[in-house]
Amino acid sequence: MWEYTDKVKEHFLNPRNVGVIEDADGVGEVGSLACGDALKLTFKLDENERIKDVKFQTFGCASAIASSSALTELLKGKSLAEAEQVTNDDIANYLGGLPREKMHCSVMGQEALEKAIACYRGVPVEEKEGEIVCECFGVTDVEIRRALTDHHLATVEDVTNFIKAGGGCGNCHERIEKLIDEALGRERAPVPKPRKMTNIRKLRLIEETLEREIQPALKKDGGDIELVDVDGNRVLVSLRGACSGCSAAQVTLREFVEKKLREFVVPELVVEEVCE
Amino acid sequence: MKTIYLDNNATTAVAPEVVDAMLPCLREFYGNPSSMYGPARQVAHRLEEARARVADLLGVSPAEIIFTSCGTESDSTAIWAALRANPDKRHFITSRVEHPAVKNLGEYLSRNGYRVTFMPVDSRGRPDLDFFYDHLSDDTALVSLMWANNETGTLFPVEEVARQVKERGIVFHTDAVQAVGKIPIRMADSAIDMLALSGHKLHAPKGVGALYVRKGTKFSPFMIGGHQESGRRGGTENVASVVGLGRAAALAADHMEAENTRVRQLRDKLETELLRRIPNAMINGDPEHRLPNTTNISFEYIEGESILLMMDELGICASSGSACTSGSLEPSHVLRAMGVPFTAAHGSVRFSLSVYNTEAEIDYVIEKLPAVIARLRDMSPFWQQVQTG
Ligand code: FES
Repeated sequence: MWEYTDKVKEHFLNPRNVGVIEDADGVGEVGSLACGDALKLTFKLDENERIKDVKFQTFGCASAIASSSALTELLKGKSLAEAEQVTNDDIANYLGGLPREKMHCSVMGQEALEKAIACYRGVPVEEKEGEIVCECFGVTDVEIRRALTDHHLATVEDVTNFIKAGGGCGNCHERIEKLIDEALGRERAPVPKPRKMTNIRKLRLIEETLEREIQPALKKDGGDIELVDVDGNRVLVSLRGACSGCSAAQVTLREFVEKKLREFVVPELVVEEVCE
Repeated sequence: MKTIYLDNNATTAVAPEVVDAMLPCLREFYGNPSSMYGPARQVAHRLEEARARVADLLGVSPAEIIFTSCGTESDSTAIWAALRANPDKRHFITSRVEHPAVKNLGEYLSRNGYRVTFMPVDSRGRPDLDFFYDHLSDDTALVSLMWANNETGTLFPVEEVARQVKERGIVFHTDAVQAVGKIPIRMADSAIDMLALSGHKLHAPKGVGALYVRKGTKFSPFMIGGHQESGRRGGTENVASVVGLGRAAALAADHMEAENTRVRQLRDKLETELLRRIPNAMINGDPEHRLPNTTNISFEYIEGESILLMMDELGICASSGSACTSGSLEPSHVLRAMGVPFTAAHGSVRFSLSVYNTEAEIDYVIEKLPAVIARLRDMSPFWQQVQTG
């Protein structure tokens, strides 16, 4: 279970300003059931455009509820211009900090606030900008780029902590990494294309690996191994000396010989023992 | 505040009788069971007595029991042993709802040269046996299916499957960590080749488990070392815990009837009353074929971590398949494999009872939980939508 601050617990157990303002001036909704958390924020302004009342409804974990509650407390009495300056860090700090894995709860608060203000100003809710990178959580490249600069993120893990992208199947990790590299002005060395393995080269590599990596170790235990044949990806060998007939021979073949060969030659190899 | 512990599928309280049996092994009986002199022989004697008790619980012979450090080690040992014994078969079948001990090993194997098939389940968590039989082949070295699911309590018909599998000369292993001690298991004329169990799920301490290996099953050790456990598991035995496990096995046999009558009734009462008092709640899993102590209930439109923390304030311990509790962002792989909709998966709570729970405790939960759920729903934007249509 998470280590929450007392302030988080207190706001979770006694959340302030729960509910919906029926004749609200601004409404902001973010999140979804599928994502596991969602927040609806409504506010009412007074004649001087100050936030007179603000309420929330949240579906989510303890820190999502506490973050929403904190947000409403932060907003009360603020002018719109001041409210616009409220960030997710303000929410987290107000609560005495959040576990890093839960930062996305505070980000959700900031997003709902932005939406609610845009709604009040009559700014049309524009279609999601950019191209979806993370299918699982519906996060676009524009959103990821923005999060990278806003929160100074440098790893996929942090991107997940803050805006959830990458937290599901993991298929988008590579693209997120690319975006991080771009943001940091890094370039990745292009991965060299593996040379196509010819049969001759494969055979030579198998022989070399046996000689260099495998035989010395077996000889130490009083055994030896001999290459009988190579048939496609099947490597036929016979064991000698202490190795043959030893009950651990199968383990040796699978766990040592085959592993080494796969490591140094190609991962598809299967080692089989032939008896003479 | 009194603690009401309803998370016995996660771990159990160590039974007082178990502690009593263990203490002498931490004090006077400190000898190495492999040594020759008198005091050590006394230790070896206790170890063998524990083995006999575990064997009795399963209805097998003591020579077929190997002590390990946990359920995960037992599972790993069984799976690797079967694969090594059949080096030219490269196929492994398991299910999509296994415990990580088997599931993650399966995923590892599929990245390392094996073909691995994960059998799907239906919306109640029942196995798709047709799919399963269709995928057995001459290349299949091993089948591993859990006996009882840890999250929903759903039982797989492992005995029946094992018979079919055996006819085709394939090794059958079952992760029975949740089943042992909760339902009667008679292995005498079973076709199951290997079975894993864990001490801390049946009121023994953490850090001890056992693996049953049917006589005649090809086997190679996972922990290679000394000649302990007849050369099948190297490393000096965790004597005190093994003795504790032996005592726990005997206790489990004594409690078997209560598990299946009194505990079952308490579970049923808890479940029926919660469903009666709380709208939009449903059971996950197969209500018919299920462990007597487990119920997994989804409360729609709210999130599991919040429920757990509010219950914690009331002294009630349970667990959840929600994403937030595990630190991942997706709900449990078991509920997802069952296709439980998101509206429900995030708000799932598992209650797992033991013989130490009382009716008063269950009544307390029945009384308190509806208000917790109502409170969280009042805060949820989705609940509002549902209410207003
Ligand atoms: S696509 Fe991003 S985690 Fe699945």
